[in-house]
Amino acid sequence: MSGGTLNLLIGLAMGLNLLALGSSRLPSLIRAMSLQGVVLGLMPLLMEHETLDWRVFAVALATMVGKGVIIPGLLRRAMRAANIEREIQPFLGYVPSLLLGAGGTIAAVALARALPLLPEHTGTLLVPGAIASILTGFILLIGRVKAISQVCGYLILENGIYLFGLLLIHSTPLLVESGILLDVTVGVFVIGIIVDRIQRAFDSLDTRKLTTLRE
Amino acid sequence: MNPLVLIIVPLVGAGIAAVWPSNRTRPWLLPVFGLLHVVLAFLLFINSPVVAPGAWLGFDPLARAVLPAVSLLFLVCAAYGVSYLRIRSERPNRVFVALLLTILGLLSAGHQARHLGLLWIATEAVTLAAVPLLHFNGTPRAFEATWKYLLVGGTGIALSLLGSFCLGYASLHGGGKGDLTFAALTAQGAGLSRPWVLTAWVLLLVGYGTKMGLAPMHTWKPDAYGEAPSIVGAVLAGGVTTVAFTAILRVRAVIAAAGEGHIADRTLLVIGLFSMLVAALFLLGTRDFKRMLAYSSVEHMGILSIGAALGGAGVAAALFHVWSNGLTKGALFLSAGNIRRAAGSPSMDDVRGMSVLTPRSAAIFVTGMFAVTALPPFGPFFSELQVVRAALASGHGIATAMFLGCLLLAFFGLTRVVFGIVDGRPRPTTRRNAQRFVETAGVIVPPLVLLVLSLWLGLFTPTILREAWLAVVAQLFPTP
Repeated sequence: MSGGTLNLLIGLAMGLNLLALGSSRLPSLIRAMSLQGVVLGLMPLLMEHETLDWRVFAVALATMVGKGVIIPGLLRRAMRAANIEREIQPFLGYVPSLLLGAGGTIAAVALARALPLLPEHTGTLLVPGAIASILTGFILLIGRVKAISQVCGYLILENGIYLFGLLLIHSTPLLVESGILLDVTVGVFVIGIIVDRIQRAFDSLDTRKLTTLRE
Repeated sequence: MNPLVLIIVPLVGAGIAAVWPSNRTRPWLLPVFGLLHVVLAFLLFINSPVVAPGAWLGFDPLARAVLPAVSLLFLVCAAYGVSYLRIRSERPNRVFVALLLTILGLLSAGHQARHLGLLWIATEAVTLAAVPLLHFNGTPRAFEATWKYLLVGGTGIALSLLGSFCLGYASLHGGGKGDLTFAALTAQGAGLSRPWVLTAWVLLLVGYGTKMGLAPMHTWKPDAYGEAPSIVGAVLAGGVTTVAFTAILRVRAVIAAAGEGHIADRTLLVIGLFSMLVAALFLLGTRDFKRMLAYSSVEHMGILSIGAALGGAGVAAALFHVWSNGLTKGALFLSAGNIRRAAGSPSMDDVRGMSVLTPRSAAIFVTGMFAVTALPPFGPFFSELQVVRAALASGHGIATAMFLGCLLLAFFGLTRVVFGIVDGRPRPTTRRNAQRFVETAGVIVPPLVLLVLSLWLGLFTPTILREAWLAVVAQLFPTP
């Protein structure tokens, strides 16, 4: 395994987390998220480069196209339809979310030390990267009010889980992996459609308007 | 017979529904395939095939103990669906019918899944397939509910995927092959790496607990059940929650094999009691009778969780409760759907006097409410009694007292809302709206059948069912 290159990519993904947390404009948030998807798609190719067969290649390609092109395209379309460019008045400001994200990244590295890992995984940043991305996803899900930002948060959360899943790449059957990938992709499609419908029904993508249902 | 037919038949039905040309006759596919599914499920129930230990899918004791209940509930809901979709004939129902049948197929897969990854795929697919059903009404409120369902449910299901990976890593780290079949994980038992097992348990409990609707992950439930058509609510409350519960039971068995069963049981007990308490408090406050059903569902998920925490006798009681609660709750959902349609509003602020306007639905609704709050001789009384007995036998005195206290509070909450809408003199607006709704046999017989089934389950619990529940206990809780 080319551990150095892999760690470089994971480090890049962790940097993109912080970029996503700090950006107030939706296009740059979507760009950070899609770039992270492409970076993640490259990783299985690096990890499996000795026994590279077409199926690993297919999964990697599907990840890159799905997370890097199709999903961001859907979100950009919704964004244009709703005519919004930036997140105004998030629940959690950009500086606090950045600080939280940075603190979370440090905590993730510390926490990953506490968890027992197999010798071949101790040198990689897979676990800290996964925890940091999951945390970033949660901060975006909770801290932002635009539906598109929340979807981006959800996708970054899933990217974190994907990173963790790479630990099991040698043991999980490809059938299961592709099933999971399919489900995730369909899930985002469904979310995209609902975002579109909400935009039409409420004429806005501000989730603060979704407050009719309460006790 | 190959248990795969339970998955394939409804999916074929969904395919046919997707290409069926007539909007008027398409709903009949629901009861046709529902009936086929019930027949197949009961044939398999009587004559169960032997499941190979390493099989990814199989009609094993756990699937045998609960899947027929889901199948039965679906059939009755499907029969109701024909009348419901006739009333809503102005709306295209292609997607609705196809996805309901898809959900039946995926639920059959989820109940029979013996592989952690496969289980996750089936649960996630059910979650997604339910989305267009939730916003069938197309109102802004329905979209709001769908959005919350997607975000909360999506996050929950993502966490359960992470938990599945953690359990896989526990196997790898313990020297195993990372095989995610439950049989292999249980066989590895104490060889699983302890920190990873505990991490996996927390994540899987939160993830599948979200799908089940355990507090505090229940927040999607009132919105979704409140805004979805009542037939969808009944299938979600009786089928989708059940698949999540069986998932938790299967995972719990792995945790117990790893030697951490006492921790799993304690968390299940605490989260179960907390769910009951939260549900009871919200039941005392809600004014919407469809949201009331959602809180009642949260309460009963708490009861299932408590049953699962109590070991052998408790699990058998919980499986009994899956049957009695699913069928009784179905009767409540369907009759509530009738009342909602006739009244034109779900809030007790606007609705009263429904015993005058929809006497039959109101009678079923009131009886169902008493049944679900454990009035003998309906099913829920006996299953809850068994949970109490199991709790007392295992020395959980305080927990039993809290359990009974929550049941009492929930009873106050439910009667408050139910009699609020049934009693009194109807308002003129409600009266006008109700004239457009006729209580035909098609909308009265299905909930009545479910109520009768609940009564039958309480009075004459078949021995073969008891044996099926005990077989699960023997499989999941092997006596050392």
